[in-house]
Amino acid sequence: MLKSSLEAQNLIINIIKCEYAVRGEIVILAQRLQQELQSNPGSRPFDEILYCNIGNPQSLGQLPITFFREVLALCDHPALLDKDQTHGLFSSDAIDRAWKILDVMPGRATGAYSHSQGIKGLRDLIAAGIAARDGFPANADDIFLTDGASPAVHMMMQLLLRSEKDGILCPIPQYPLYSASIALHGGTLKQLEDARSKGVTVRALVVINPGNPTGQVLAEDNQREIVDFCKKEGLVILADEVYQENIYVDNKKFHSFKKIARSMGYGEEDIALVSFQSVSKADWFTAEVREQIYKIASVNLCSNISGQILASLVMNPPQEGDESFESYVDEKDGILLSLARRAKTLEEAFNSLEGVTCNRAEGAMYLFPRLHLPHKAIEAAKAAKTAPDALYARRLLDATGIVVVPGSGFGQVPGTWHIRCTILPQEDKIPAIVSRLKEFHEAFMAEFRD
Amino acid sequence: MSRGLDYEVINENVKRVAYAVRGELYLRASELQKEGKKIIFTNVGNPHALGQKPLTFPRQVVALCQAPFLLDDPHVGMMFPSDAIERARHYLSLTSGGLGAYSDSRGLPGIRKEVAEFIERRDGYPSDPELIYLTDGASKGVMQMLNTIIRNDKDGILVPVPQYPLYSAAISLFGGSLVPYHLEETANWGLDINNLRQSLNEARMNGITVRAMVIINPGNPTGQCLSEANIREILKFCYQQKLVLLADEVYQQNIYQDERPFISSRKILLGMGPPFSKEVQLVSFHTVSKGYWGECGQRGGYFEMTNIPLKTVDEIYKVASISLSPNVPGQIFLGLMVNPPKPGDISYSKFVTESKAILDSLRKRAHIMTNGFNSCRNVVCNFTEGTYLLCLLSHVFIPQIKLPPKAIEAAKKAGKVPDVFYCLKLLEATGISTVPGSGFGQKEGVFHLRTTILPAEEDMPAIMDSFKKFNDEFMEQYDDKKGYSRM
Repeated sequence: MLKSSLEAQNLIINIIKCEYAVRGEIVILAQRLQQELQSNPGSRPFDEILYCNIGNPQSLGQLPITFFREVLALCDHPALLDKDQTHGLFSSDAIDRAWKILDVMPGRATGAYSHSQGIKGLRDLIAAGIAARDGFPANADDIFLTDGASPAVHMMMQLLLRSEKDGILCPIPQYPLYSASIALHGGTLKQLEDARSKGVTVRALVVINPGNPTGQVLAEDNQREIVDFCKKEGLVILADEVYQENIYVDNKKFHSFKKIARSMGYGEEDIALVSFQSVSKADWFTAEVREQIYKIASVNLCSNISGQILASLVMNPPQEGDESFESYVDEKDGILLSLARRAKTLEEAFNSLEGVTCNRAEGAMYLFPRLHLPHKAIEAAKAAKTAPDALYARRLLDATGIVVVPGSGFGQVPGTWHIRCTILPQEDKIPAIVSRLKEFHEAFMAEFRD
Repeated sequence: MSRGLDYEVINENVKRVAYAVRGELYLRASELQKEGKKIIFTNVGNPHALGQKPLTFPRQVVALCQAPFLLDDPHVGMMFPSDAIERARHYLSLTSGGLGAYSDSRGLPGIRKEVAEFIERRDGYPSDPELIYLTDGASKGVMQMLNTIIRNDKDGILVPVPQYPLYSAAISLFGGSLVPYHLEETANWGLDINNLRQSLNEARMNGITVRAMVIINPGNPTGQCLSEANIREILKFCYQQKLVLLADEVYQQNIYQDERPFISSRKILLGMGPPFSKEVQLVSFHTVSKGYWGECGQRGGYFEMTNIPLKTVDEIYKVASISLSPNVPGQIFLGLMVNPPKPGDISYSKFVTESKAILDSLRKRAHIMTNGFNSCRNVVCNFTEGTYLLCLLSHVFIPQIKLPPKAIEAAKKAGKVPDVFYCLKLLEATGISTVPGSGFGQKEGVFHLRTTILPAEEDMPAIMDSFKKFNDEFMEQYDDKKGYSRM
């Protein structure tokens, strides 16, 4: 008897295996609670759900950069450029930039499929931005623009993973895109010696810098060690650098892995490196391999044009002397300084809780406090057939409306428990979050204290 | 020791992928373009790249959404019509934080609701927004579905020949088996259920578990519309054989007449009543890239699931969530497409004028091209007068090129597949960049090229003259006897 095709048991086993906690169970629960609150206000001890599970700043009130949106709007509707009133509504450098961008688009057609790597003129701009950042030349042909960094990660996993005998080294804890895409593409997530002893061929190393969920910024020495290690072991470096603009401490700076490798004297033949930003950049491939990457990119034709334009703007923001420069710097600094303040406040709040230790967030958008949970809590979790940090997160949600992601979604040393909390709610909401968190934690410990 | 991304050690499935639409011909054309040669790209349905102007209303709305500070400006009413302003406010209210925030991984609920309402108006049956997922272009949705279905190389997918090569590429990439079923060129590319049965049985005899069937309706590259009876047969077939039907309906808007309208597979399925309507698993795909919108670069699309078990839907959601969300502007384009200006709206008449102009021009170009091809030696543009005009769809044509044996020999000598040989020569001589039929699949020994009808109307006569000159000279060179011509 034929089973119907799309029954779950007939699904590819890799899909069943893959997990992505950032929008997993706790978030689905939170969404349900939110609906409840809408249809039944006052039914909970809180007024709103605060999503601290995901790095989604603009959903929590962060404003977009004005210059970028001006340019995008003009490129979306170029007819505006022919109207007189436009000069009254848009800054002159935004108008200039829009013209420049339209000029590099074949036929000025903003609705057309572009080159599968992204519009050449925009890649040139991005290459220039990367070169300015690193002090080493960058090539437009090595750049692939994608619908967000995630599809680029998927592409690399597709390329690298031939079977479950292929492994990728990932940091623990890690951003679960990596574990999910490795599972989805049929590979194995491993530690090096352990892997090799089990007959796994280790193909690449993922490094997330600044770190997610950990927030640490790698020291240059550390980066050099990593580069040497990968060269020696023949591993591709997959450098997730999406948080490169988010650094909150004065004693650390972002150095791209490309810059580090180049400054160590490693040229094109020496080491394969793929760097992800909200732009994706593929570095130092043979022509044959680049052809394969191009081929995969071409099946989806191209990434969305607005995103491509935005990437070129991010890598080439207003410069000193441009009309928008000052407001751009104000907006940018405003956001970054505010993030640094929020990071500090929340870090202190977590550290003030009984049994909780929290490392400083040097960068990125997250705190990853460690919960030293009492025995009773661990037992209660076991009885409820859930991980202790998931139990904590669930209770936190029910009592306060705050949504965090249990540490088990990111990986942690066995027997330790964490939660990942973003630093993104607007500053005026932070005091309420802190007080609700403290109140909840005290009650939780009172219930479960040994 | 091999380094991680050395060619020898990358995933073999990736190497097996072939995607002709941006393959050899396109790459050669791009090279020539770089050298300064004028190239006419007819390889892909990309209307705006060939001069089609975007519709005004959606661009106004999205620009306002992109720069909401405009909505606060007292002068905004001088630059934008009030219905565009209202619509921008409406879409912004559906987001949680504007265009820059990740949406729900399935797409904004408000837009999915609009899509569901569109489907209900179109088909007369209610549609559930929870079973509609927005994607970065329909291709992403197709890939997601195929990835969900294909477990290993013993899983087969029935795909029409000729087909749009996304399907063959995705099946290769995910390590499955492509099970071809031939469409009948002599019957205007109609679908004969016997061909289908035969393909299925052969595959099973070879140990393949056939899991799904793809139909592209209206067809790409063939241009045929499936009749209601045909679709009914197919649905019965899928019911009997327990196949999930993947209905690629991205060209549903490109029908210019009433005799053979587009009917969605879902409408027919639900109309068949139980057991079919409750049992047959169906996934339907649509996009903003085609029709008369042609907004390819926005990457907006959706798929709708019918009769898919909830546990499976959960898994599909999970995989979608890893990529967080489809791009938000693309979602808004989709909302606007399913909810265009209505009679009485300020922008309505301009919208209708623009849309009509595009559709009329497409029809004209199709005429010019049809006549042009049929005046060429050894070229047959497949249609029967009435059916072609009834079914003209999409943007594509696939004339059959009857290559003489001497040409086939010459191709072999050059190490090329015969239609690739012809198309490369066409490109070098005229700058016209097409896709060889071998990229789409065709019967053994029969050759085609695929071209769109998208070059600008005023350029068309010259393009067809240029083609005829090349073709007739080519045939003169390689033909032994007098060629065949339709006119």
